[in-house]
Order: sequence, then C-alpha cells, then structure tokens
Amino acid sequence: MARKLPRKDVVIVGLGWTGAILAHELTDAGLDVVAIERGPWRDTATDFNIGYMQDELRYAVRKDLFLQPAQEAMTMRNNTSQTALPMRDYGSFLPGTGVGGAGVHWNGHTWRFWQSDFQTKSHLTQRYGEARLADLQVQDWGVTADEMESAYDRFEYLCGISGKAGNLGGKIQDGGNPFEDPRKRDYPLPPMQMTYGPTLFAQAAKSIGYHPFPTPAANLSKPYVNPLGISMGQCTMCGFCERFACANYSKSSAQTTILPVLMRKSNFEARCNSEVLHVNLDAAGKMAKGVVYIDQNGEELEQPADLVLLCAYGLHNARLMMLSKIGRIYDPQSGEGTVGRNYCYQTNAGIQLFFEDKNFNPFIASGACGQTMDDFNGDAFDHGPLDFVGGSGINCIPTNGRPIGTRPVPPGTPRWGSAWKKATKDHYLSSLGFSAQGSSYAARGNYLDLDPTYKDRYGRPLLRVTFDFPDNDIRMSHWVSDRMVEIAKAMKPKQYVEGRRNKSWNSVPYQSTHNTGGAIMGADPKTSAVNKYLQSWDVPNVFVIGASAFPQNAGKNPTGTVGALAFHAADAIRNQYLRNPGAALVQA
Amino acid sequence: MASTRRHFLASVAAFSFIAIASRGHAQTISRALPWHPFAGEPPQPSLAGWYFFNPDEARAIEAIVDRLIPADDLSAGGKDAGCAAFIDRQLAGSYGDSARLYTAGPFMKGTPTQGYQGEATPAMRYRAGLAAVDAYLRKSKSKAFAELSAQEQDDFLKSLEAGKVDLGAVDGKSLFNLILQNTMEGFFADPIYGGNRDMVSWKMIGFPGARYDYRDHVTKHNQPYPHGPVSIAGSPEWSRKS
Ligand SMILES: Cc1cc2nc3c(=O)[nH]c(=O)nc-3n(C[C@H](O)[C@H](O)[C@H](O)COP(=O)(O)OP(=O)(O)OC[C@H]3O[C@@H](n4cnc5c(N)ncnc54)[C@H](O)[C@@H]3O)c2cc1C
Ligand code: SF4
Repeated sequence: MARKLPRKDVVIVGLGWTGAILAHELTDAGLDVVAIERGPWRDTATDFNIGYMQDELRYAVRKDLFLQPAQEAMTMRNNTSQTALPMRDYGSFLPGTGVGGAGVHWNGHTWRFWQSDFQTKSHLTQRYGEARLADLQVQDWGVTADEMESAYDRFEYLCGISGKAGNLGGKIQDGGNPFEDPRKRDYPLPPMQMTYGPTLFAQAAKSIGYHPFPTPAANLSKPYVNPLGISMGQCTMCGFCERFACANYSKSSAQTTILPVLMRKSNFEARCNSEVLHVNLDAAGKMAKGVVYIDQNGEELEQPADLVLLCAYGLHNARLMMLSKIGRIYDPQSGEGTVGRNYCYQTNAGIQLFFEDKNFNPFIASGACGQTMDDFNGDAFDHGPLDFVGGSGINCIPTNGRPIGTRPVPPGTPRWGSAWKKATKDHYLSSLGFSAQGSSYAARGNYLDLDPTYKDRYGRPLLRVTFDFPDNDIRMSHWVSDRMVEIAKAMKPKQYVEGRRNKSWNSVPYQSTHNTGGAIMGADPKTSAVNKYLQSWDVPNVFVIGASAFPQNAGKNPTGTVGALAFHAADAIRNQYLRNPGAALVQA
Repeated sequence: MASTRRHFLASVAAFSFIAIASRGHAQTISRALPWHPFAGEPPQPSLAGWYFFNPDEARAIEAIVDRLIPADDLSAGGKDAGCAAFIDRQLAGSYGDSARLYTAGPFMKGTPTQGYQGEATPAMRYRAGLAAVDAYLRKSKSKAFAELSAQEQDDFLKSLEAGKVDLGAVDGKSLFNLILQNTMEGFFADPIYGGNRDMVSWKMIGFPGARYDYRDHVTKHNQPYPHGPVSIAGSPEWSRKS
C-alpha cells in the first residue's frame, strides 16, 4: 500500500515545459502546488556546464539527457496486422526526462498554427469538399486562432523569441511570414544574424517568387529580460543545441525562463526522481483523488490533490490516462473510444546540396537559426487541382557541423578507406541541406494503446504506437519535394541528392520528437478526450496538457502551440474552474 | 540511476564521485533554486591499458580500425588515432552492456522499421564476432586477421560488409556495421574518450571542436574560420592520453 502524504491543491505530473508554465500560473493564483518529475533535477549552473556540454558522443550519440528505454520504452508497428515490438533504443523520436523535459534539448523553432489549422476539418471541407478528406480523420480543435493569439503572445514573450512579424493586425510586413495570421505585436527580439547557407537559400527562393523569412527562434538574438524578470543571454551559435542543453542561458526552457522564479515560491514544491504510476480515481471513476508515485528510494507514495494536471509529454499523457482508466481507449475497428485516437507525427523530407566553391562553416549554427518559407504549408496554397490536403514548411536551418553525425558525402562514396576519407574532407565544409516539415493528418488506423505483451520495470504495459504515413501525406510530401528540387536547382550546386518520404514509418532514424494526439481536444466527447480547455470530459478535475491535445499535426514544430495551450488552460483554470471546482467547463 | 548515466569508464574515483553527486541531488525542492558546487558530472579522461578486449581481440580490432581508417597523407590511421582504445572503453561502460536500453523479452524477429531486436549487447557481439572472424580466417587462410596483408584485410572487410562471409551464428554484415559505426564515433568524438587523438579528425575536416562561441564569424560568409580546434580537455598537449 502506498503511504499517504498530506493533501495539496494541485499535483502536476511532469516538470517540463507545460508543467513549469502551469505551476507558475497556479502558484500565482495562490494555490499550493507540487510537481512530481520522473527524472533528476537539472539546472544550467550545475548540469549544463560550459566546460563539457559540447560533447557530441555523450549528448547527441549516447543521448545522455534523454529518457532511457530502460526506464520507459514503447512498442511500435506500422499497422494492426503486425506484432508490435519494443523500440529497444529510441531513434525516430527522443522523449525528454528530468526537470525541463524535452524543452532542455529542443531546437527552439517556435511557431503559431493558423486559423485554417485549428479548423482543419471545416475549413478544408468547405474549400475542397468532403470527398477530399475521405481517407482521413481530421477534426477541428474547438478553438480559433483569435482565441489563441494572446496565449501565443505570452509564450513568445516568456521565451524571448527572435523573429520578424509578417502580419501585424492585418498589415503584411516586409521580411516576415506573409502567410501567418494577424498578430497584435512583433516578436520580443529581432531575428538572429543569418549564416551563409540560409542566406543563399533565401536568395534562391525569392528568385522564384517565394517568401522566405527568418525562422522564429527560441535561441536569443540579443540579451533579454522576460516578463518574470529573468535575464537571458545572447546565443553564441555554439552548434551544440538540439540534443544538448544550453550553457549560455540563451535557449528558452523552463530553466531559463521560469524556474528561477518558480522555485523560490513557498507554495511550490518539486519532487524529482519520482515517477507517477497512475491517477487515483474515486470509486465511481468520476473524480480524481490524486496520484500514486514511486520515489527514488523505491517507496510508493500517494499524493492526494483536488486538481490533477497531466503535463508528462503527449505520449506519456495518453499512457497515464490509459493506466488510470480515465476515458475509454480508442478502438480502430469500431472507431469508438477517445484515448489514443488521432495519433499523428510529422511528414518530413530533405535534400542535400554539394558545392565546390563554397564554405558554409557548418559548425557555426544554432537549433533554430535559419530561413523558412510557408508558401506550401498548410492551406497557404490552392489544393484545388491537387490530390492531397496539407503541406510543409520548407526550412533551411543547418543546426550543426558535429562530425560524428554530420559529414555528408555524395552517393557512391565508399563508407571507409582512403577514398571515404578524402570525400569526407572535401565535402564537410561545402555542403548544405534543407528540408520539408510536413503536416501529419489523422487516419483511422493510426493510434496509441497499451501493449499486450511488453511491460515496464514496474510490470505495467508499455505504450503501443501503431502508425504509418497516410497516402495523403505521402502525396503531399512528394509534391513539396518537387518544389524543393526547383529551389535546389536555383542554388546551382554541383550535385543535389533527394531524401524523399516514403512508406513505412521507420522507428530507427531520427525524424522529430513531434508526437501529437492521443488525448485530443474538441467540441464532441465522442471524438475527443478533452474539451477546448484541455479538461478531461470524463474526469473533470483532470486537465491533460501537451501536444496530446492536437487533433492532427500541422507542418510546423509543435511547442509554440503547446506553450500557448498551457497558458490557455491555465487561464481557464484560474478564471473559470476555480470558481466552481470539479465542474465541467463545457457541457457535454 | 546515477551510474547508468555514465558511459565512460567507471574508475574507483568516479564511483566515490557519484555518491557525493547523488547525495547532493535533493529529492524534494522548495523555496530555493538548488545549487551545489562540484555537483555536475564531467566526463573522465580515458586511461591507459585495455579494459574490455583480451590480447587477441585487441590485435584484431586495432588491425580492423587501421583499415577502416587507413593512415595516409590526410590523417593518421585508426589505430594511432585511438579508435580501438575508444571502442574498448565504450564496451567496458554502459554502452557495452546496453544498460540504458530496453532489454526485456520476449525477443522476436521484427520488421526493418522496428530496429535491432537481438538479445546480444554490443559487448557480447564484439566478443563473439571478433572470435568468429579470427576462427574463420585461421581456417581459410591459416592466419588471424591481424596477420593478413593490408590488401587481404581490405578484401575480407569488403566481403564482410557485403554479407558474403558466413560466420556461422554471427551475422557478419551487422558485425561489420557495428564496428564501422563505433570506429567512426571514436575517430570523430572528443579526444577525452580515447579516440581522435590530438584532434586528428577535426584538424583534417576543419571542425573547431568545443569552442562554443562563433558570434564574431556568423556574418563572415564563405570565409574560412581562422582558428584550429580545442577539445573538452583543452589543447592537444593536455589531451594527449596513453
Ligand atoms: C531533440 C528535440 C528537438 C525538438 N525541437 C523542437 C523545436 O525546434 N520546436 C518545437 O516546437 N518543438 C521541439 N521539440 C519538442 C519540444 O521539446 C516539446 O514539444 C516540449 O518539450 C513539450 O512540452 P511538454 O511539457 O509537453 O513535455 P516535456 O517538456 O517533455 O515535459 C514532460 C515532463 O514530464 C515528465 N514525465 C513523464 N512521465 C512522467 C511520469 N509518469 N511521472 C513523472 N514525470 C513524468 C518527463 O520526465 C518530462 O520532464 C523537440 C524535442 C526534442 C526531443
Ligand atoms: S546554439 Fe545558442 S541557444 Fe543553442 S545551445 Fe548554443 S548558445 Fe545555446
């Protein structure tokens, strides 16, 4: 039996990006909050050491900061006819662990989704007709871009995002993204200084009539003091960004934007190295009583609380709901059940260019310093004559020149020996890649549930991921790849090599840690697990915060929207829920 | 958990260090931003000697890495660059025994999209693999790998890479891929792990290593970066090991 601890107002599962935002907001509202975090305490001064953070083997290859499969693995298969097997090492995506979560080692591309993304189903149906969506299970989010604007703004100002507005109050701005929805004010910081590769990419894209702009970056172009009064430094373009923590206080994360203030509050407590096993429900299964967790000494503890917030990262949120019996697990055969529904990912493709006369100094880079064009993203372009919906942002964001992972050579080069060595040396400084980050639209057969065979170290079933790229998304990706070839040719390389997206989803090579869905938001409890405020339809004193709420994914990195949803949910809790605790904010 | 977070060779000194570090990591934190001096986990420099390989294996792996990365006018060879020593340290640590991976059964053959599903750890694969290579060559050529001529070694490695060598229970092609992957890791990783001695690979390709601040060169487009590499341990003199 678990030892019972004194009650708290709020228990937060996971102290990553969303957990830190919710903890800050709810302690400000005067609540007594405890966050329980599976991994260790981590902070810049101690753990992200400028003397040894720049260690590719340790952090990028052996993945020192990430969740280790020994602690929690997942199984995967491409469709229901296969037997899912455990990903014995994480590859395609790399979940975080420890204080700060995946926000510690992200790149920092920070996007807003558009009105046409929030209304994917109704917008696309209206524009192209229902038949176009026949093979998909896309849905509306239940919120509008207008409702989300101030929440996006707060996340961007919390972080100190470096960027250039493209649409200020309806007026298109030179040098920004002309396809974005109106924003009320510009980014808090100007764009980063541009490196050579993205500069050439932008010139080429412009020369064919496209609209490149500096990628909005959570790598700071200038020193910044955020609204909480926390100081951050200028990014030094160190080239050890994604997969690494920042030793310069220049990459926005819970550590650099929230924790220095949050940790000093007397009504907040963080418990680290403590893994939540499940949410405790009352006998009727209608209200949560708190959570049960195992601390670092192996003791099982019960933390009672009036309000439970799942902030454990989308995939883990979905699993915790299943293990806690909150809502019903989705069944792809009947289409019934909502937890695990509409798991989506990201449909990426790339292209590599080899030059003879250029020196890109690839090691001068940051996670998000680059150029993007959204001419073929979302519904920015007319799909009328095409055979798909969705699109991709095209990104030239060279993030590093770390040589274990980044040494492009042309196809046909031997993998070893003197010829390999010569080619490696010849192309290291003079090649450049760019990529398409594509939307991932929900399909009936892509979902999450619990694995029937494989267990974690506490004997609980692993999460099972059943996923393959829908045909629609493959067609979309190929069409965008054709556009990338046109841009590549305009850059006049000696040679270019395409990396097209084809079936099936492979769990081995890294693609992105942009796992969405599984506890999606919406207006109908039959097809969504949480309402538009991320409150569980089934257990109203549980909120589920993260990309698990996305009904499908856009051609953009998720965290701008995840952070905005965190503020959106915090507002709903502070301004509505606390007036009448335990009540549903939306009537089913 | 602390010990599984370390992938360098765990020396006695390193173990006592962990104890202090984990005592310093308070479990419950409130009203303060905790900070403890010397609480971080710096990597430990690699020491001399073999930690995993027996003498036969050491001879074989040194010969193999020296063909994968041959000495020529561009750089020293894999052996002098320390790639074999690097692999040795990795196999003796948490990489070698898959301490961080999901290693529970049942073990089943999967699809290529499901990744490696074998039961053997890297340490087990090297142990069985290098023995199988030498046994195979002793039988067919009456010589161990290290005793072959450079040309014969290259020919054998090419066949192994192409999956044309039958090593019985050992899958030759995946053994080759594992060794190649680890050799490249050793050649390009920070010298602190025993390979890339004197930052030989970084000098060759023009990677400045652990510098961490390039602000003054960001907009100097298409111009060579003027400074040579530094490693975590600093200058080449300081990082010279074993
Ligand atoms: C390599 C990489 C690059 C990325 N780059 C980008 C990018 O450029 N742009 C972008 O938008 N996004 C990016 N992301 C994604 C981004 O990091 C996540 O979207 C973001 O961190 C999600 O916030 P979260 O709060 O939902 O989860 P996290 O920040 O991961 O926090 C979740 C926390 O919950 C804890 N937890 C989980 N289960 C339990 C449990 N049972 N008990 C206790 N604690 C638990 C975890 O340990 C973790 O600390 C990247 C991610 C990775 C890994
Ligand atoms: S590139 Fe910039 S933001 Fe990223 S880790 Fe380095 S200094 Fe920090």
